[in-house]
Amino acid sequence: MKIRVLVQIGLALLLLLGASGGAAAAEMLKAVASFSILGDMVRQVGGDRVDVVSLVKPDADAHVFSPTPADAKTLAGADLFFVNGLGFEGWMERLEKSSGFKGKTVVVSKGIKPLTMEEEEGHHHGEEADHDHDDHAKDEHDHDDHAKADHHDEHEVTDPHAWQDLANGKIYVTNIRDGLIAADPEGKAVYQANAAKYLDDLAKEEIAVKAAIDSLPEGRRKIITSHDAFVYFGAAYGLEIIAPEGVSTESEASAQDVAKIIRQIKEENILAVFLENVADHRLLDQIARETGAKIGGTLYSDALSGPDGPAPTYLDMFRHNIGVLTAALSS
Amino acid sequence: MIDAIIGPFIEFAFMRRALVGCLALSLGAPPIGVFLMLRRMSLMGDAMSHAILPGAAIGYLLAGLSLFAMSLGGFAAGLAVALAAGLVARSTILREDASLAAFYLVSLALGVLIVSVRGSNIDLLHVLFGTVLALDDAAIILLAAISTFSLAVLAAIYRPLVLECFDPQFLRSASALSSPTHLTFLVLVVLNLVAGFQALGTLMAVGIMLLPAIAARFWANDISGMIVVAVLIAFGASLSGLLLSYYANLPTGPAIVLLCGISYLLSILLGTRGGLVWSLLPRKHLEA
Repeated sequence: MKIRVLVQIGLALLLLLGASGGAAAAEMLKAVASFSILGDMVRQVGGDRVDVVSLVKPDADAHVFSPTPADAKTLAGADLFFVNGLGFEGWMERLEKSSGFKGKTVVVSKGIKPLTMEEEEGHHHGEEADHDHDDHAKDEHDHDDHAKADHHDEHEVTDPHAWQDLANGKIYVTNIRDGLIAADPEGKAVYQANAAKYLDDLAKEEIAVKAAIDSLPEGRRKIITSHDAFVYFGAAYGLEIIAPEGVSTESEASAQDVAKIIRQIKEENILAVFLENVADHRLLDQIARETGAKIGGTLYSDALSGPDGPAPTYLDMFRHNIGVLTAALSS
Repeated sequence: MIDAIIGPFIEFAFMRRALVGCLALSLGAPPIGVFLMLRRMSLMGDAMSHAILPGAAIGYLLAGLSLFAMSLGGFAAGLAVALAAGLVARSTILREDASLAAFYLVSLALGVLIVSVRGSNIDLLHVLFGTVLALDDAAIILLAAISTFSLAVLAAIYRPLVLECFDPQFLRSASALSSPTHLTFLVLVVLNLVAGFQALGTLMAVGIMLLPAIAARFWANDISGMIVVAVLIAFGASLSGLLLSYYANLPTGPAIVLLCGISYLLSILLGTRGGLVWSLLPRKHLEA
């Protein structure tokens, strides 16, 4: 008798656990983000309802990323795939096809105004830094036409690093929120609440960033980094960015680019050169050595740091970068 | 005109360093390239650039993103592959090209396996390979030391090495130096390649080693002549490549290697020994 009751209770408990476990598993949405910055944003908006995996991990370079079969398997089992778009993920289409992904792909950069640039030149958007962000597309057009007249061989590419401007970051968040709601309508209230709070945090950070850059002396708002990852940042917040490598870390610098940068540093007395967490720093070391500029620190551009690092989330990335920039440029 | 040539080097330290690095490489690598070409091992450079992956991966796993650890690991892996291929070629029916191809593919697959299972998403080889514009003191000293060492060792094993190229059976019968010479030569090849990769990237390291040597084939019949011509072509291409990169805004590594390539094409056409243009001209009739 007793044994039978115990067995019945045991079975009932198991059923309950199974049901609740099953229900919980069915509720959690499986999302894959193409790289760590997107992964963090999806996590912030999705909260407990979404299980997010980033393909390009922290401190890794998405420009030269090569997906593995494990990545294909991860994607195949996912409901949503969040990608940056704008040409950032060259490997994306092939991965989607080869993995048999049947879910929905959300391009988070939909709706932003992209910046374009000439592939060869290392120095471009600096001049527009003073202009309004809204006028940017028009000025860029004129700049391109002018440049086309001089160079016989200009190659325009879209700059994909749109997340470096917090205003675009907000658009990313709304696209992520809408993508999550479309896939999981039951969680609509949660996603909207999370997104609203995150947008609020982003707005606060935007004010802080603008204040920090404005606090720097006029002639000091120029920096050198290895590749053109900060053009949106520079355009939005008034910083001039100069870089020897082009938009992707796969390109190689020419002697003329390096010479131009060294000349510019010497003439304009630029103080600091900034390394990146995803690029080889030897070329920057060489430039710093020759000009006497100091290495100002490491900026996080295309990837977050690990959880123990200084930039484990999107907002932390901005806070860290601003800290490094102001420390180096205000001394 | 002279100003245009010398000017950039006076003004910029990085140009001077690049020139010194290229000079060191031009002295050390082309002689080895000449022997590689004569022994039909010309594709070894490319094979080696892939074969070093497991060594670099293990170096990365043990010591993080340390260039020294990754280079040392890469050198060990490259050496293992080169020596294993050399030994198999000598003791079995396989020739050098087949044994090298087999071993480097195994090594590459092993490297990709290690990186995929235990490594991160950083493209290790991308980080490991440098650029000639970013040579620091340590890199220049490394290149110069390896060039000096290569030339010295090459001078020491010159005679058995030449005999190895042209009549290996005779050398084996007449002396015991056959295997040690071959293996020493392989060590030199791997040393030059790995140092070259780390300092200058794969393209330049393999390019300067092989293209001038291949072009030199059309200008000399004896090995010492070929070596001299190869060194001159390498250095000429380096100098003009750097100037081209400076004035025409082209990436440096590819510019230098393409100029070596142009000298190769000109050599095919106009070389004094076997150039196509000369063979198309009507020959004089023999007269008594």
